[in-house]
Amino acid sequence: MMVPRLAAVPRFATLFAAFLMPHLASVAAAQEKPYFVTYSQDLEEPGNLEIETKTALARPSDSSHYGATALELEYGVSAWWTAELYLDGQSTGHQSSLYTGFRVENRIRPLMREHVINPVLYVEYESISGADKTLLEVVGHDAETNLATENGEARREHKHEAEFKLILSSNFKDWNVSENFIAEKNLGHSPWEFGYAVGATHSLRGKASVKDCTFCAEKFIGGIEAYGGLGDTQSLSLRETSHYIAPLLGWQIRRLARLSFSPGFGLTSSSLDRIYRVGLAFEIAQPGGWFHAQKGSTR
Amino acid sequence: MRLRNAVIWLFAFGAMVLAGAASSSRWEHVPSKDHARANPLTGQNEAIEAGRTIYRDHCLQCHKVDGRGDGRKKPSLRSARVSGASDGDIEWFLRQGDLAHGMPSWSNLPEAQRWQLVAYLRSIQ
Repeated sequence: MMVPRLAAVPRFATLFAAFLMPHLASVAAAQEKPYFVTYSQDLEEPGNLEIETKTALARPSDSSHYGATALELEYGVSAWWTAELYLDGQSTGHQSSLYTGFRVENRIRPLMREHVINPVLYVEYESISGADKTLLEVVGHDAETNLATENGEARREHKHEAEFKLILSSNFKDWNVSENFIAEKNLGHSPWEFGYAVGATHSLRGKASVKDCTFCAEKFIGGIEAYGGLGDTQSLSLRETSHYIAPLLGWQIRRLARLSFSPGFGLTSSSLDRIYRVGLAFEIAQPGGWFHAQKGSTR
Repeated sequence: MRLRNAVIWLFAFGAMVLAGAASSSRWEHVPSKDHARANPLTGQNEAIEAGRTIYRDHCLQCHKVDGRGDGRKKPSLRSARVSGASDGDIEWFLRQGDLAHGMPSWSNLPEAQRWQLVAYLRSIQ
Protein backbone atom coordinates (compact mmCIF):
# COMPACT_ATOMS: atom_id res chain seq x y z
CA MET A 1 0.00 0.00 0.00
CA MET A 2 1.33 3.43 -0.92
CA VAL A 3 2.03 5.76 1.97
CA PRO A 4 1.66 9.51 1.12
CA ARG A 5 4.87 11.50 1.15
CA LEU A 6 5.38 14.14 3.82
CA ALA A 7 5.21 16.93 1.21
CA ALA A 8 1.42 16.84 1.51
CA VAL A 9 1.55 17.54 5.24
CA PRO A 10 2.93 21.15 5.13
CA ARG A 11 0.12 22.16 2.72
CA PHE A 12 -2.44 20.74 5.12
CA ALA A 13 -0.69 22.38 8.08
CA THR A 14 -0.64 25.78 6.34
CA LEU A 15 -4.36 25.64 5.57
CA PHE A 16 -5.09 24.46 9.10
CA ALA A 17 -3.00 27.29 10.62
CA ALA A 18 -4.70 29.87 8.38
CA PHE A 19 -8.07 28.63 9.62
CA LEU A 20 -7.00 28.83 13.25
CA MET A 21 -5.24 32.20 13.27
CA PRO A 22 -8.35 34.38 13.66
CA HIS A 23 -9.38 32.33 16.67
CA LEU A 24 -6.19 32.41 18.71
CA ALA A 25 -7.75 35.02 20.98
CA SER A 26 -9.88 32.24 22.42
CA VAL A 27 -7.01 30.04 23.54
CA ALA A 28 -7.36 28.64 27.03
CA ALA A 29 -4.79 27.61 29.59
CA ALA A 30 -4.75 23.95 30.44
CA GLN A 31 -3.32 22.45 33.59
CA GLU A 32 -2.13 19.27 31.96
CA LYS A 33 0.77 17.13 32.94
CA PRO A 34 3.91 17.08 30.79
CA TYR A 35 3.74 13.31 30.25
CA PHE A 36 4.69 12.05 26.81
CA VAL A 37 3.84 8.37 27.14
CA THR A 38 1.89 8.08 30.38
CA TYR A 39 -1.75 9.14 30.52
CA SER A 40 -3.29 10.64 33.62
CA GLN A 41 -6.97 10.99 34.52
CA ASP A 42 -7.02 14.46 32.94
CA LEU A 43 -9.41 14.68 30.03
CA GLU A 44 -9.90 17.56 27.65
CA GLU A 45 -12.39 20.12 28.93
CA PRO A 46 -15.75 19.64 27.21
CA GLY A 47 -15.97 21.52 23.93
CA ASN A 48 -12.27 22.46 23.91
CA LEU A 49 -9.80 21.48 21.23
CA GLU A 50 -6.13 20.94 21.99
CA ILE A 51 -3.58 20.87 19.22
CA GLU A 52 -0.27 19.39 20.26
CA THR A 53 2.87 18.23 18.57
CA LYS A 54 4.95 15.55 20.24
CA THR A 55 8.37 15.17 18.70
CA ALA A 56 10.87 12.42 19.47
CA LEU A 57 14.53 12.85 18.53
CA ALA A 58 16.93 9.91 18.71
CA ARG A 59 19.67 8.00 16.99
CA PRO A 60 19.52 4.22 16.96
CA SER A 61 22.89 2.40 16.88
CA ASP A 62 24.22 1.93 13.34
CA SER A 63 21.61 4.26 11.90
CA SER A 64 20.98 7.93 11.30
CA HIS A 65 19.42 10.57 13.51
CA TYR A 66 15.69 10.86 13.18
CA GLY A 67 12.94 13.18 14.26
CA ALA A 68 9.41 11.79 14.48
CA THR A 69 6.41 14.03 15.14
CA ALA A 70 2.86 13.22 16.09
CA LEU A 71 0.35 16.01 15.51
CA GLU A 72 -2.41 15.45 18.03
CA LEU A 73 -5.91 16.90 17.83
CA GLU A 74 -7.71 16.30 21.12
CA TYR A 75 -11.36 17.20 21.62
CA GLY A 76 -13.42 17.12 24.79
CA VAL A 77 -16.64 15.43 23.70
CA SER A 78 -17.93 15.60 27.26
CA ALA A 79 -16.47 15.91 30.74
CA TRP A 80 -16.00 12.11 30.81
CA TRP A 81 -15.06 11.41 27.17
CA THR A 82 -12.14 12.71 25.12
CA ALA A 83 -11.50 11.79 21.48
CA GLU A 84 -8.18 12.22 19.69
CA LEU A 85 -6.70 12.01 16.24
CA TYR A 86 -2.95 11.66 15.72
CA LEU A 87 -1.16 12.21 12.43
CA ASP A 88 2.36 10.81 12.50
CA GLY A 89 5.41 11.54 10.39
CA GLN A 90 9.16 11.24 10.60
CA SER A 91 12.33 12.39 8.97
CA THR A 92 15.50 10.32 9.04
CA GLY A 93 18.89 11.77 8.17
CA HIS A 94 20.32 10.69 4.79
CA GLN A 95 17.07 8.86 4.05
CA SER A 96 13.67 10.53 3.66
CA SER A 97 10.70 12.20 5.29
CA LEU A 98 7.46 10.27 5.51
CA TYR A 99 3.90 10.48 6.67
CA THR A 100 3.66 7.30 8.71
CA GLY A 101 -0.02 6.98 9.55
CA PHE A 102 -2.80 7.96 11.87
CA ARG A 103 -4.30 6.91 15.19
CA VAL A 104 -7.80 7.45 16.54
CA GLU A 105 -8.30 7.09 20.25
CA ASN A 106 -10.96 7.53 22.89
CA ARG A 107 -10.55 7.95 26.61
CA ILE A 108 -13.51 7.43 28.90
CA ARG A 109 -13.88 7.91 32.62
CA PRO A 110 -16.38 5.28 33.77
CA LEU A 111 -16.77 6.68 37.28
CA MET A 112 -18.37 10.11 37.57
CA ARG A 113 -16.88 10.89 40.98
CA GLU A 114 -13.30 11.56 42.06
CA HIS A 115 -11.73 8.64 43.93
CA VAL A 116 -8.37 7.84 45.47
CA ILE A 117 -7.58 5.97 42.25
CA ASN A 118 -9.43 7.07 39.13
CA PRO A 119 -9.72 4.61 36.26
CA VAL A 120 -9.83 5.74 32.64
CA LEU A 121 -10.48 3.32 29.75
CA TYR A 122 -8.50 3.91 26.57
CA VAL A 123 -9.26 2.42 23.16
CA GLU A 124 -7.19 3.18 20.07
CA TYR A 125 -7.07 2.15 16.44
CA GLU A 126 -3.79 2.67 14.60
CA SER A 127 -3.13 2.57 10.90
CA ILE A 128 0.61 3.13 10.69
CA SER A 129 3.55 1.99 8.63
CA GLY A 130 6.59 0.16 9.93
CA ALA A 131 8.50 3.46 9.58
CA ASP A 132 6.60 5.08 12.47
CA LYS A 133 9.12 6.20 15.09
CA THR A 134 7.06 8.40 17.39
CA LEU A 135 7.36 5.86 20.25
CA LEU A 136 4.11 6.98 21.86
CA GLU A 137 4.13 3.65 23.63
CA VAL A 138 6.57 0.78 24.01
CA VAL A 139 5.08 -2.72 24.01
CA GLY A 140 6.07 -6.36 23.60
CA HIS A 141 9.65 -6.75 22.45
CA ASP A 142 9.90 -3.37 20.71
CA ALA A 143 13.60 -2.71 20.31
CA GLU A 144 16.10 -0.21 19.00
CA THR A 145 16.68 -2.42 15.95
CA ASN A 146 13.07 -1.78 14.78
CA LEU A 147 13.96 1.90 14.53
CA ALA A 148 17.14 1.29 12.56
CA THR A 149 15.38 -0.20 9.52
CA GLU A 150 15.76 1.96 6.41
CA ASN A 151 12.69 4.07 5.62
CA GLY A 152 12.40 2.63 2.12
CA GLU A 153 12.00 -0.85 3.53
CA ALA A 154 10.11 -0.02 6.72
CA ARG A 155 7.37 1.96 4.95
CA ARG A 156 6.30 -1.13 3.01
CA GLU A 157 5.00 -2.71 6.20
CA HIS A 158 1.52 -1.47 7.04
CA LYS A 159 0.03 -2.18 10.44
CA HIS A 160 -3.56 -2.07 11.61
CA GLU A 161 -3.48 -2.26 15.38
CA ALA A 162 -5.91 -2.02 18.26
CA GLU A 163 -4.62 -0.81 21.57
CA PHE A 164 -6.25 -0.86 24.96
CA LYS A 165 -5.03 0.83 28.11
CA LEU A 166 -6.21 0.79 31.66
CA ILE A 167 -5.21 4.14 33.09
CA LEU A 168 -5.15 4.48 36.86
CA SER A 169 -4.45 7.93 38.19
CA SER A 170 -4.49 9.78 41.49
CA ASN A 171 -4.24 13.43 42.44
CA PHE A 172 -3.05 13.68 46.02
CA LYS A 173 -1.45 16.62 47.86
CA ASP A 174 -0.69 18.34 44.53
CA TRP A 175 1.00 15.21 43.22
CA ASN A 176 -0.27 13.25 40.28
CA VAL A 177 0.66 9.58 40.13
CA SER A 178 -0.45 7.60 37.08
CA GLU A 179 -0.07 3.98 36.02
CA ASN A 180 -0.97 2.64 32.58
CA PHE A 181 -1.30 -1.01 31.60
CA ILE A 182 -1.16 -1.49 27.83
CA ALA A 183 -2.37 -4.34 25.61
CA GLU A 184 -1.84 -4.01 21.86
CA LYS A 185 -2.89 -6.33 19.05
CA ASN A 186 -1.90 -6.25 15.44
CA LEU A 187 -5.22 -7.02 13.75
CA GLY A 188 -3.40 -9.23 11.25
CA HIS A 189 -1.67 -12.18 12.74
CA SER A 190 0.56 -11.07 15.59
CA PRO A 191 0.16 -11.97 19.25
CA TRP A 192 -1.07 -9.58 21.94
CA GLU A 193 1.75 -7.35 23.17
CA PHE A 194 1.91 -5.78 26.59
CA GLY A 195 3.54 -2.73 28.07
CA TYR A 196 3.40 -0.27 30.90
CA ALA A 197 3.93 3.40 31.66
CA VAL A 198 4.09 5.00 35.08
CA GLY A 199 4.72 8.58 36.05
CA ALA A 200 4.52 11.21 38.76
CA THR A 201 4.36 15.00 38.50
CA HIS A 202 4.21 17.94 40.87
CA SER A 203 3.70 21.65 40.27
CA LEU A 204 6.74 23.66 41.37
CA ARG A 205 4.43 25.93 43.39
CA GLY A 206 0.86 25.54 44.58
CA LYS A 207 -0.43 29.10 44.89
CA ALA A 208 -1.05 31.18 41.80
CA SER A 209 0.54 34.62 41.52
CA VAL A 210 -1.62 37.71 41.68
CA LYS A 211 -0.33 39.08 38.39
CA ASP A 212 0.08 37.45 35.03
CA CYS A 213 3.57 36.07 34.75
CA THR A 214 5.53 33.91 32.39
CA PHE A 215 8.29 32.51 34.56
CA CYS A 216 6.47 32.10 37.91
CA ALA A 217 7.15 28.77 39.61
CA GLU A 218 3.49 27.71 39.38
CA LYS A 219 3.79 27.75 35.60
CA PHE A 220 6.21 24.85 35.75
CA ILE A 221 5.46 21.21 36.44
CA GLY A 222 8.25 18.73 37.03
CA GLY A 223 8.07 14.98 37.07
CA ILE A 224 9.35 11.66 35.88
CA GLU A 225 7.97 8.79 33.84
CA ALA A 226 9.09 5.25 33.07
CA TYR A 227 7.80 3.01 30.32
CA GLY A 228 8.60 -0.21 28.59
CA GLY A 229 7.53 -3.52 27.09
CA LEU A 230 6.35 -6.57 29.00
CA GLY A 231 6.58 -9.17 26.24
CA ASP A 232 3.73 -10.79 24.35
CA THR A 233 1.46 -13.81 24.57
CA GLN A 234 4.12 -15.97 22.90
CA SER A 235 6.89 -14.83 25.21
CA LEU A 236 5.59 -13.14 28.32
CA SER A 237 8.93 -12.10 29.75
CA LEU A 238 11.19 -9.11 30.08
CA ARG A 239 13.84 -10.69 27.85
CA GLU A 240 14.84 -8.40 25.00
CA THR A 241 12.40 -5.69 26.01
CA SER A 242 13.02 -1.94 26.03
CA HIS A 243 12.62 0.24 29.10
CA TYR A 244 13.11 3.94 29.57
CA ILE A 245 13.19 6.45 32.37
CA ALA A 246 12.58 10.10 31.58
CA PRO A 247 12.52 13.26 33.68
CA LEU A 248 9.80 15.71 32.60
CA LEU A 249 9.42 19.45 32.60
CA GLY A 250 6.29 21.32 31.53
CA TRP A 251 5.96 25.09 31.15
CA GLN A 252 2.64 26.86 30.71
CA ILE A 253 3.51 29.90 28.61
CA ARG A 254 0.81 32.26 29.83
CA ARG A 255 -2.49 31.34 28.21
CA LEU A 256 -0.97 30.82 24.82
CA ALA A 257 0.78 27.47 24.83
CA ARG A 258 2.32 24.71 26.84
CA LEU A 259 5.85 23.51 26.23
CA SER A 260 7.11 20.14 27.47
CA PHE A 261 10.55 18.62 27.41
CA SER A 262 11.84 15.22 28.39
CA PRO A 263 15.22 13.56 27.96
CA GLY A 264 14.69 9.79 28.12
CA PHE A 265 17.36 7.22 28.94
CA GLY A 266 17.32 3.60 27.84
CA LEU A 267 17.72 1.06 30.63
CA THR A 268 18.34 -2.14 28.67
CA SER A 269 20.49 -3.20 25.73
CA SER A 270 17.37 -3.30 23.51
CA SER A 271 16.57 0.33 24.27
CA LEU A 272 17.76 3.47 22.55
CA ASP A 273 20.56 5.08 24.56
CA ARG A 274 18.76 8.41 24.66
CA ILE A 275 15.57 9.85 23.31
CA TYR A 276 14.68 13.52 23.55
CA ARG A 277 11.07 14.59 23.43
CA VAL A 278 9.61 18.03 22.90
CA GLY A 279 5.92 18.89 23.02
CA LEU A 280 4.10 22.09 22.13
CA ALA A 281 0.39 22.40 22.82
CA PHE A 282 -2.26 25.02 22.10
CA GLU A 283 -5.67 24.71 23.63
CA ILE A 284 -8.57 26.42 21.90
CA ALA A 285 -11.65 27.17 23.96
CA GLN A 286 -15.04 26.13 22.64
CA PRO A 287 -14.33 26.11 18.89
CA GLY A 288 -17.91 24.93 18.37
CA GLY A 289 -18.94 28.52 19.18
CA TRP A 290 -17.22 29.77 16.01
CA PHE A 291 -19.98 28.33 13.90
CA HIS A 292 -22.99 29.59 15.80
CA ALA A 293 -23.70 32.63 17.97
CA GLN A 294 -24.10 31.64 21.60
CA LYS A 295 -26.76 33.15 23.79
CA GLY A 296 -25.09 35.27 26.45
CA SER A 297 -21.70 34.99 24.80
CA THR A 298 -19.20 37.63 25.84
CA ARG A 299 -16.71 36.86 23.15
CA MET B 1 -63.82 15.01 48.21
CA ARG B 2 -61.45 13.34 50.64
CA LEU B 3 -59.75 11.57 47.77
CA ARG B 4 -59.36 14.84 45.83
CA ASN B 5 -57.76 16.53 48.86
CA ALA B 6 -55.45 13.60 49.32
CA VAL B 7 -54.34 13.83 45.68
CA ILE B 8 -53.77 17.60 45.98
CA TRP B 9 -51.70 17.13 49.15
CA LEU B 10 -49.75 14.33 47.50
CA PHE B 11 -48.90 16.52 44.49
CA ALA B 12 -47.98 19.45 46.74
CA PHE B 13 -45.72 17.22 48.84
CA GLY B 14 -44.12 15.79 45.70
CA ALA B 15 -43.51 19.27 44.31
CA MET B 16 -41.87 20.37 47.57
CA VAL B 17 -39.66 17.30 47.62
CA LEU B 18 -38.57 17.87 44.01
CA ALA B 19 -37.95 21.58 44.61
CA GLY B 20 -35.91 20.78 47.69
CA ALA B 21 -33.94 18.14 45.85
CA ALA B 22 -33.23 20.52 42.97
CA SER B 23 -31.96 23.26 45.24
CA SER B 24 -29.89 21.28 47.68
CA SER B 25 -28.93 17.99 46.07
CA ARG B 26 -25.51 19.31 45.00
CA TRP B 27 -24.31 19.81 48.55
CA GLU B 28 -26.02 16.85 50.17
CA HIS B 29 -23.28 14.63 48.83
CA VAL B 30 -20.50 16.67 50.43
CA PRO B 31 -18.92 14.69 53.27
CA SER B 32 -19.29 16.50 56.60
CA LYS B 33 -15.50 16.69 56.93
CA ASP B 34 -15.25 18.61 53.65
CA HIS B 35 -18.36 20.71 54.36
CA ALA B 36 -16.76 21.97 57.57
CA ARG B 37 -13.49 23.04 55.98
CA ALA B 38 -12.84 26.79 56.05
CA ASN B 39 -10.91 28.58 53.33
CA PRO B 40 -7.42 29.18 54.74
CA LEU B 41 -7.14 32.21 52.45
CA THR B 42 -10.34 33.95 53.55
CA GLY B 43 -10.00 37.72 53.77
CA GLN B 44 -6.82 37.89 51.69
CA ASN B 45 -7.19 40.28 48.78
CA GLU B 46 -4.26 38.63 47.06
CA ALA B 47 -6.13 35.34 47.08
CA ILE B 48 -9.13 36.97 45.40
CA GLU B 49 -6.92 38.55 42.73
CA ALA B 50 -5.09 35.29 42.11
CA GLY B 51 -8.46 33.53 42.02
CA ARG B 52 -9.60 35.98 39.35
CA THR B 53 -6.62 34.94 37.20
CA ILE B 54 -7.40 31.25 37.73
CA TYR B 55 -11.05 31.90 36.89
CA ARG B 56 -10.04 33.63 33.68
CA ASP B 57 -7.76 30.75 32.68
CA HIS B 58 -10.07 27.86 33.50
CA CYS B 59 -13.68 28.91 34.14
CA LEU B 60 -14.40 31.97 32.02
CA GLN B 61 -14.82 30.05 28.78
CA CYS B 62 -17.97 28.40 30.16
CA HIS B 63 -19.20 30.61 33.00
CA LYS B 64 -18.41 33.88 31.19
CA VAL B 65 -16.74 37.07 32.37
CA ASP B 66 -19.19 37.98 35.11
CA GLY B 67 -19.86 34.41 36.27
CA ARG B 68 -23.44 34.48 35.02
CA GLY B 69 -23.08 31.47 32.74
CA ASP B 70 -24.54 31.19 29.28
CA GLY B 71 -28.18 30.98 30.26
CA ARG B 72 -28.31 27.39 29.07
CA LYS B 73 -26.18 24.46 30.15
CA LYS B 74 -23.44 26.49 31.85
CA PRO B 75 -24.97 27.80 35.04
CA SER B 76 -24.54 31.12 36.73
CA LEU B 77 -22.11 31.17 39.66
CA ARG B 78 -23.91 34.15 41.20
CA SER B 79 -26.71 32.20 42.73
CA ALA B 80 -28.25 31.34 46.05
CA ARG B 81 -26.93 27.82 45.62
CA VAL B 82 -23.32 29.05 45.55
CA SER B 83 -23.68 31.84 48.10
CA GLY B 84 -25.43 29.44 50.49
CA ALA B 85 -22.70 26.81 50.26
CA SER B 86 -19.79 26.62 52.66
CA ASP B 87 -16.22 27.19 51.45
CA GLY B 88 -15.62 23.50 51.94
CA ASP B 89 -18.65 22.62 49.79
CA ILE B 90 -17.33 24.69 46.89
CA GLU B 91 -13.78 23.36 47.16
CA TRP B 92 -15.16 19.81 47.27
CA PHE B 93 -17.28 20.47 44.19
CA LEU B 94 -14.33 21.94 42.27
CA ARG B 95 -12.32 18.84 43.15
CA GLN B 96 -15.10 16.42 42.21
CA GLY B 97 -16.63 18.18 39.22
CA ASP B 98 -19.91 16.91 37.87
CA LEU B 99 -18.79 14.85 34.92
CA ALA B 100 -22.26 13.65 34.05
CA HIS B 101 -23.42 17.25 33.57
CA GLY B 102 -20.37 18.70 31.85
CA MET B 103 -18.39 20.13 34.78
CA PRO B 104 -14.81 18.80 34.73
CA SER B 105 -12.98 17.80 37.88
CA TRP B 106 -10.37 20.35 38.93
CA SER B 107 -8.50 17.95 41.18
CA ASN B 108 -5.54 18.57 38.87
CA LEU B 109 -5.22 22.14 40.17
CA PRO B 110 -3.03 22.50 43.26
CA GLU B 111 -5.19 22.73 46.40
CA ALA B 112 -4.02 26.30 47.12
CA GLN B 113 -5.33 27.39 43.71
CA ARG B 114 -8.72 25.82 44.39
CA TRP B 115 -8.94 27.85 47.61
CA GLN B 116 -7.92 31.00 45.70
CA LEU B 117 -10.74 30.27 43.29
CA VAL B 118 -13.17 29.82 46.19
CA ALA B 119 -12.08 33.23 47.52
CA TYR B 120 -12.78 34.80 44.13
CA LEU B 121 -16.18 33.11 43.76
CA ARG B 122 -17.14 34.40 47.21
CA SER B 123 -16.15 37.92 46.16
CA ILE B 124 -18.53 38.00 43.17
CA GLN B 125 -21.63 36.90 45.06
